[in-house]
Amino acid sequence: MSAVKIYVPLDSAAVAMGADEVAAAIAHEATANGEAVEVIRNGSRGMHWLEPLVEVEVGDQRIGYGPVSKADISELFASGLLEGKEHSKCIGDVEKHPFMRDQQRLTFQRCGVTDPLSMDDYKRHGGLEAVLKAIEFSEAKIVEEVKISGLRGRGGAGFPAGIKWNTVQGAEAEQKYIVCNADEGDSGTFADRMIMEGDPLLLIEGMVIAGLGVGATKGFIYLRSEYPIAADILNKSIEVAHEHKLLGNDILGSGKCFDLTVFIGAGAYICGEETSLLESLEGKRGMVRAKPPLPALEGLHGKPTLVHNVLTLCAVPYILAHGGKKYAEFGQGRSKGTLAFQLAGNIKRGGLFESAFGVKLGDLVNKYGGGTRTGKPFKAVQIGGPLGAYLPNEMLELPMDYEVMAQNGAGVGHGGIVVFDETADLVAQARYAFEFCAEESCGKCTPCRVGAVRGEEVIDKLRAGTDFDENMVLLEDLCELMVDGSLCAMGGMTPIPVMSAVKNFPEDFAPRQVREAAE
Amino acid sequence: MEKIIREALSGHVGQTGGLIAGLRHVQERCAFVPSETVGIAAELFNISQAEVRGVISFYADFRVKKTGQHHVKLCVAEACQSVGAREIEADLEQRFAVKMGETDAAEFITIEPVYCLGLCSCAPAAQVDDKLIGRVDGQRIADEVSS
Repeated sequence: MSAVKIYVPLDSAAVAMGADEVAAAIAHEATANGEAVEVIRNGSRGMHWLEPLVEVEVGDQRIGYGPVSKADISELFASGLLEGKEHSKCIGDVEKHPFMRDQQRLTFQRCGVTDPLSMDDYKRHGGLEAVLKAIEFSEAKIVEEVKISGLRGRGGAGFPAGIKWNTVQGAEAEQKYIVCNADEGDSGTFADRMIMEGDPLLLIEGMVIAGLGVGATKGFIYLRSEYPIAADILNKSIEVAHEHKLLGNDILGSGKCFDLTVFIGAGAYICGEETSLLESLEGKRGMVRAKPPLPALEGLHGKPTLVHNVLTLCAVPYILAHGGKKYAEFGQGRSKGTLAFQLAGNIKRGGLFESAFGVKLGDLVNKYGGGTRTGKPFKAVQIGGPLGAYLPNEMLELPMDYEVMAQNGAGVGHGGIVVFDETADLVAQARYAFEFCAEESCGKCTPCRVGAVRGEEVIDKLRAGTDFDENMVLLEDLCELMVDGSLCAMGGMTPIPVMSAVKNFPEDFAPRQVREAAE
Repeated sequence: MEKIIREALSGHVGQTGGLIAGLRHVQERCAFVPSETVGIAAELFNISQAEVRGVISFYADFRVKKTGQHHVKLCVAEACQSVGAREIEADLEQRFAVKMGETDAAEFITIEPVYCLGLCSCAPAAQVDDKLIGRVDGQRIADEVSS
């Protein structure tokens, strides 16, 4: 009889919940019982409240158990884990779980399913179809497909990818670069990390296609140092890609070349901003550059550079394999395709939910996320990272759509959704937005460097009730100046969490005497 | 010491972003970035000492002092705040008699705030030495450093 296949994720979130210990306990228990078991370390499915989620292959199904701790293993074996038998921790066929069933997984289709470092698995699940097409296409045809898809930058800014590709493709230079921004520093986001750990070959394929599309032969993945597991897997996957000629001087026998290097950052949030990232990649302080010149024309080492977030590049293989038109059928308005929503913070079912744009924020928070983890009433949700808006219950009806959110003073950003229960103090959150900006500002422009510190002071005065009305005017004035006068999004968007908190949670900001009178 | 620093840096001269990779390498070898690094790096990379100092001071990862025997990174960003990171911060400061960002008198523990470990779906999160821990609390961190 062949060995029973058991999947235990190697994803950081699973590891943080004890997956390594669980994998070791399974191997140990199998040996002790004389059972033939093959433990495969897969990516995470994204149901993080169930991590470590152990899956057993039974026939053509994968039966899931979670959350499993190493102390559960003996008992699970005794009650028929290897046959996929019923148990209080059994969730049945993982694919049929309501959380998985309602998703539209275009980018994350393989994440959690395959062994991330197996090229055979990758190919068996549709991998390399796209790059084989791209090899046959002209540069213009590749760029055209990306344009038709309506894909926009997934890092947060939402800039149309096709326009960037067109600019880089049209630039004349002896060397061009593809730079992947994997400096995923926003709190509430982990989708880049998940795909890099769970399906790294997808990112490599996306970058190779980008290289073929714009005429670049060298790529860099700028990875934040807080992701050591992702770094390890990416480096191993680059080796696998070389072995199978997905990288190198003769990509899949086409005679075309592309090579890739992982660069590890050194702990600076601002390096997620593309020009700061390029400075850092050149080995310097991550100081923001003024634009123009655009990185698409003068980027890394002054050469034309296509800078994209991990998930933008990871969307490309689907687009090439199925056509830009097919991708554009998902979503609504000018928000085409899917986004990996990340359910985080005080939420019962935290994890990753990939869906077409247009899904309601409230469905993500309540229907799929299950509401607050503490069970206390919901108070606020911050969407799109530390530079995103705090929204109240009344705004949960809004669809996740770039334009609709912008009209409501918010942004979809990178798809991060952080839930807060009634104990949250939105004045403290607004203050934190300034604190974070002060801590992480590169210091190049005054509105950001000084404005953030002044902002903290003004909030402290508001909280103390000192000259309340005057300080409220000052706060608004300061925010306006930061928006208008900052070089990049760090200073320019810090006012979003601040002013959304003021606007949407006026009761938290009310002068102390008013609050006391109300109580 | 100088020999180690020179060795660690020299492999990165000429690489894209070589100075940052080189400084990381120095820190891996020496546990921190010793002050002698500045002059050596300036010479090897053919840049000014001010530029080297600028890079070392810009990035949170580079340390100019040794850390304690255990190095705790506690995530204090929004997702972790929503489930009690601020309380854990206060707990750790009291428990180990040390301020965030500092090392205790006995050089047993260094506690640093970090802004996101990417474990926001199982917040609050921390990294104790090389180990990632989700749904962490002060006691769990104490158990980890005493084991």
